[in-house]
Amino acid sequence: MRSYLVLFQMRFIRGLQYRTAALAGVLTQFFWGFMYILIFEAFYASSSTPQPITFHQLVNMMWLQQAFLALIMLWFRDSEIINQITKGDIAVELLRPIKLYEFWYARLLAQRTSSALLRFLPILIVTSLLPYPYNFVLPPDAFSFILFIITLVLGVLIVVALSMLIYISMFYTLSGTGSILIFGVIGEFLAGLIIPIPLMPEALKRIIYFLPFRYTTDLPFRIYVGSITHNEAIISILIQIVWIIILYIIGKLWMNKALKRLVIQGG
Amino acid sequence: MIQVEGITKTFQVAKRNKGVIEALKHLVRREYTIVKALDNVSFNIKQGEIVGYIGPNGAGKSTTIKVISGILVPDNGTCNIIGYTPWKDRKEYVKHIGVVFGQRTQLWWDVPVIDSYQLLKDIYKIPTNVYQNNLELLTETLELKELLNTPVRQLSLGQRMRCEMGAALLHDPKILFLDEPTIGLDAVSKKAVRNFIKTINQEKQVTVILTTHDMRDIEELVNRIILIGKGKILLDGTLDEVKLKFGSEKTMVITYSTQFKPFDFPIENINGNQLRFMINTNKQSLPQIIDKVSEYVQIEDIDINHLPIEDIIVKLYKEYQL
Repeated sequence: MRSYLVLFQMRFIRGLQYRTAALAGVLTQFFWGFMYILIFEAFYASSSTPQPITFHQLVNMMWLQQAFLALIMLWFRDSEIINQITKGDIAVELLRPIKLYEFWYARLLAQRTSSALLRFLPILIVTSLLPYPYNFVLPPDAFSFILFIITLVLGVLIVVALSMLIYISMFYTLSGTGSILIFGVIGEFLAGLIIPIPLMPEALKRIIYFLPFRYTTDLPFRIYVGSITHNEAIISILIQIVWIIILYIIGKLWMNKALKRLVIQGG
Repeated sequence: MIQVEGITKTFQVAKRNKGVIEALKHLVRREYTIVKALDNVSFNIKQGEIVGYIGPNGAGKSTTIKVISGILVPDNGTCNIIGYTPWKDRKEYVKHIGVVFGQRTQLWWDVPVIDSYQLLKDIYKIPTNVYQNNLELLTETLELKELLNTPVRQLSLGQRMRCEMGAALLHDPKILFLDEPTIGLDAVSKKAVRNFIKTINQEKQVTVILTTHDMRDIEELVNRIILIGKGKILLDGTLDEVKLKFGSEKTMVITYSTQFKPFDFPIENINGNQLRFMINTNKQSLPQIIDKVSEYVQIEDIDINHLPIEDIIVKLYKEYQL
């Protein structure tokens, strides 16, 4: 266990050193945030029926999305792992007395958290200074905030478990581009990152609630803005935990299988 | 210590002929050729040996190393290394071995070397005092002091290789696998690496298996050679045996004072009163040759040189048609 923690720590500290990248990231995220908000503002203005969530709630979800982008995006990639798989350096990883799944998991988790920690505060602070209805506000009550934190953390664990599946698929495809692209686009849609889930038709919602993706972003952000009740939130936490276990087991089994038929390239 | 019995490993390689039509066909149906990377490979290695595992490119050297270090699962065969089957008990087994791939790095690219070492300490659960002692010893013998705080990506190849060696030995492995450890190194670094291998073999009784294309490595380090070609083990013996068998051609240099009659046997060159020619001790014994030469000249001094090891290996490869 300790070695995974130390790896986490090492990657984490390393990640915190990329300050310029973080600054550039923050600026990009402002841009995207505004763009999304303008699109949805047009949508709200042109629609006469009341929507399931208010425009101001939606704005807050958008800012949260942008602030925690590094935590939730499936296309967030670790090129070192990709290189290890495609060039065969994974040989070296297998020479260590470690469980590869857990080792990579710790590494990916560290990368996402360090990257998000550098970015989220400036975005949230600046956006809270904007005029209504574009401003970022605190959640309706303290309990919502606690539930938000819990579901966000569990959500990240789901995201990393999902992205592990992408990396494992590369044992078969030997290329990072395809897996990440397909997984990224479909996953983002199903997570409600492209169209917020409250705005989707009922039939689609039912499918989406059945899949793990929405539990990564839609759930914590809607808890934050108060669009999900506390009771529903608590049930969802249990579902999140079940998903983490399921995805972990799938990933472990799949990886073991992949490693058995592994052919080390080159060298 | 190391027992390998009948290891076989095949790879499927997709076959494709050239041309657009062939490429399209290839999309639908693939034909595979089966390449036997290892074919019934067996050997035993005792503790404290330094074994040179040689063979031309693509002979199966690296595949063997990967199988016996637990990374690749062979199709067939058994393997017992210090009580483990490498590919079955990988996680337990690799605690007892150290591996250096000359062409890959096991250090984390963007952090200082010492951070990688620290992480290895935790990964291998090395007790602090053992770690400290080993680090001190390695720092001294490999001259790592100035390198430890540098990120790996800023190291030269020779410096990096020294750090890799250190990383592979922090956890007191009983066996060390070296896959082309001196590849691409300059003369000084090569010498440092060789000296280091010798030192740890003698002081810590570490068993070393090394693959190399550098015959100086073989000559300076190895007491036993295993030759592999096309996946099969062709020869397994001491360096002296190999020299005896394939190095029977020698050059003889004779210094003489007086000449009795003109030479009528092939001579490579005459330099003053020195005379050089090739002999083959398998065809004629040395005393016979000397007797014969003394019919021609009054011998003052005799110098016999073995064929350089590189030429012997070339002959070996030729002999086995590799």
